[in-house]
Amino acid sequence: MKNRISAVLFGTALALVAGSSALAQDKTIKIGVLTDNSGLYSDLGGAGSTLAAQMAIEDSGLAAKGWKIGLISADHQNKPDVATNIARQWIDVEKVDVFMDVLNSGVALAVNNLVKEKNSIMINTGAASSDLTNAQCSPNTIHWVYDTYMLANSTGQALVKAGGDTWYFLTADYAFGAALERDTTAVVVKAGGKVLGSVKHPLNSSDFSSFLLQAQASKAKIVGLANAGGDTTNAIKQAAEFGIVSGGQKLAGLLLFITDVHALGLNVAQGLNFTETFYWDLNDGTRAFSKRFSDRAKNKAEPSMVQAGVYSGLIHYFKALEAMGGNPHDGIKVVEKMKSMPTDDPLFGKGTIRADGRKIHPAYLFEVKKPSESKGPWDYYKLIGTTPGEQAFRPLSESACPLVKK
Amino acid sequence: MQALYAQLLVGLINGSFYALLSLGLAVIFGILNIINFAHGALYMMGAFCAYFLLSVAGIGYWPALIIAPIAVGIFGMILERTMLQWLSGLDHLYGLLLTFGLALIIQGVFQNYFGSSGLPYAIPDELKGGMNLGFMFLPIYRGWVVVFSLIVCLLTWYLIERTRLGANLRAATENPTLVRAFGINVPRMITLTYGLGVGLAALAGVLSAPINQVRPLMGADLIIVVFAVVVIGGMGSILGSIITGFALGVIEGLTKYFYPEASNTVVFVLMVLVLLVKPSGLTGRAN
Repeated sequence: MKNRISAVLFGTALALVAGSSALAQDKTIKIGVLTDNSGLYSDLGGAGSTLAAQMAIEDSGLAAKGWKIGLISADHQNKPDVATNIARQWIDVEKVDVFMDVLNSGVALAVNNLVKEKNSIMINTGAASSDLTNAQCSPNTIHWVYDTYMLANSTGQALVKAGGDTWYFLTADYAFGAALERDTTAVVVKAGGKVLGSVKHPLNSSDFSSFLLQAQASKAKIVGLANAGGDTTNAIKQAAEFGIVSGGQKLAGLLLFITDVHALGLNVAQGLNFTETFYWDLNDGTRAFSKRFSDRAKNKAEPSMVQAGVYSGLIHYFKALEAMGGNPHDGIKVVEKMKSMPTDDPLFGKGTIRADGRKIHPAYLFEVKKPSESKGPWDYYKLIGTTPGEQAFRPLSESACPLVKK
Repeated sequence: MQALYAQLLVGLINGSFYALLSLGLAVIFGILNIINFAHGALYMMGAFCAYFLLSVAGIGYWPALIIAPIAVGIFGMILERTMLQWLSGLDHLYGLLLTFGLALIIQGVFQNYFGSSGLPYAIPDELKGGMNLGFMFLPIYRGWVVVFSLIVCLLTWYLIERTRLGANLRAATENPTLVRAFGINVPRMITLTYGLGVGLAALAGVLSAPINQVRPLMGADLIIVVFAVVVIGGMGSILGSIITGFALGVIEGLTKYFYPEASNTVVFVLMVLVLLVKPSGLTGRAN
């Protein structure tokens, strides 16, 4: 009798569990790629990021398991106000669950606040500012690919060690440039170097001659370019013209993407040192992904680290959702799940996500090949140093993020 | 003080681009009465034309300096024949909207095929290197740009203000019917003038290709400043736009030295000031 009662109770419980999970197993996801589709950063993010997201959806195999995955993309024009409007509409009307890419630090910091307020998710693969996982950290945001602290730490450290102990900065006049200059200055000073000065230029400048002359007059050994995209390529090209490098000063592209090197050509870019966390020709895993990517990309371009990050971030997001079994709409919960699982994909290797939202993986110091060393288009980098993930990013002991328990 | 001289010279170099572009705009506005917003896109096409000549046909910088303006000029004339000519006599706004739309389409098409980061174009071997002037290192190419564009500007001014052809042109804008009575083909002359203005933009594009990346948006970034130059100089005034172009380049250069954050707004502040004091521009005639 006792057995029978317990069997009935067990059966009821089972039915209840099955019933409730059948009711609650919401398996619809909507992904929003918010990026620069038309401006100076559109080659390193843009349509390539949307393609990477599409590939991640296909590779995840979730569709076959009953998940419905939608993908939309929009151009934020590098304007925080435009981006926030789109993001608000995406959350309220389109029911977007996760924001991908979100390059441009000004845009990212604005969207970061909104995503937190609405309990959505941002897996940021494009913006540089290390504030996203420091003072501005959020339980809804993961910073995936790189940040200004890591760039400064890797490139800055290496250059000071190589004798570049006096610096002058050319800085893009917005959140990203300021963060990159600040973080690099800290590294340079800590390593015993000195910053002689800096000049802030407007975003999207076409002429750098005035700024370069000021850098030249400073006689600093290193001219640090705390800018990105078209600004960096123009600055490097014009620095060659003004004899900055032939005059004995060294250029430090603090943030350079493969698309920039491609645009500059090896004749101008050769010898530059800089840091990335992904390069298509790093190992078999990266090569296999990049081959599939470039076959589908416009102009057969290889993926940038931002685009690779979109793929890698989404793959991990999908793994977390699969482990949860459904209900992808509670941002904080999903991000917690993602943080609790180790990351592993062929693009960035094994890694983790820290409490502050910082994704940890190795950082690679590259040098641009000489034209004679390159076997063809996109064969541009020589690996000259690797910083393990735990040392590459800001240590938690220095973190100002309230999510970090001390 | 040395730094100041250097900034003055650098300003002059940028000024020569402003002058070449605003000159083309002034010619087109003065004679066709069209506010040519497609000017930046046509400047970009000049640079791309030089790039294609080199990468596809192996034709270098010097021939490109002649071929690109002619090719883009012909494209401009086709635009004028097929679209712009129907707007003559209408409000300025129609021409502005049409050319602005054209600019967006042209830039969009180029961006779709060539991306945003641009394509490399090297300085020709003859103009590589630089001179040490004592107060600065002057790349020879930049020196060439200043001298060459100054010559082109003065030649254009001479052509329009001092020759018989120029006199006919100016007469045709004042009173086309009367000029036609003298047996002059006014529509053809207007088409050629638009071609000339567009050719000047393309020439500036070729000149800038070795300095800047050849990018689809290179013109969009510049065109607003150039419009400010034309407004300050006086709409349609040819000499005015040349002088203002160089002068504003210098003022912008000085701003980059003293207060770099304001360097992309200083031109517009000046424009507001000039419009407040002299609404027709520095050298424009009030009408």
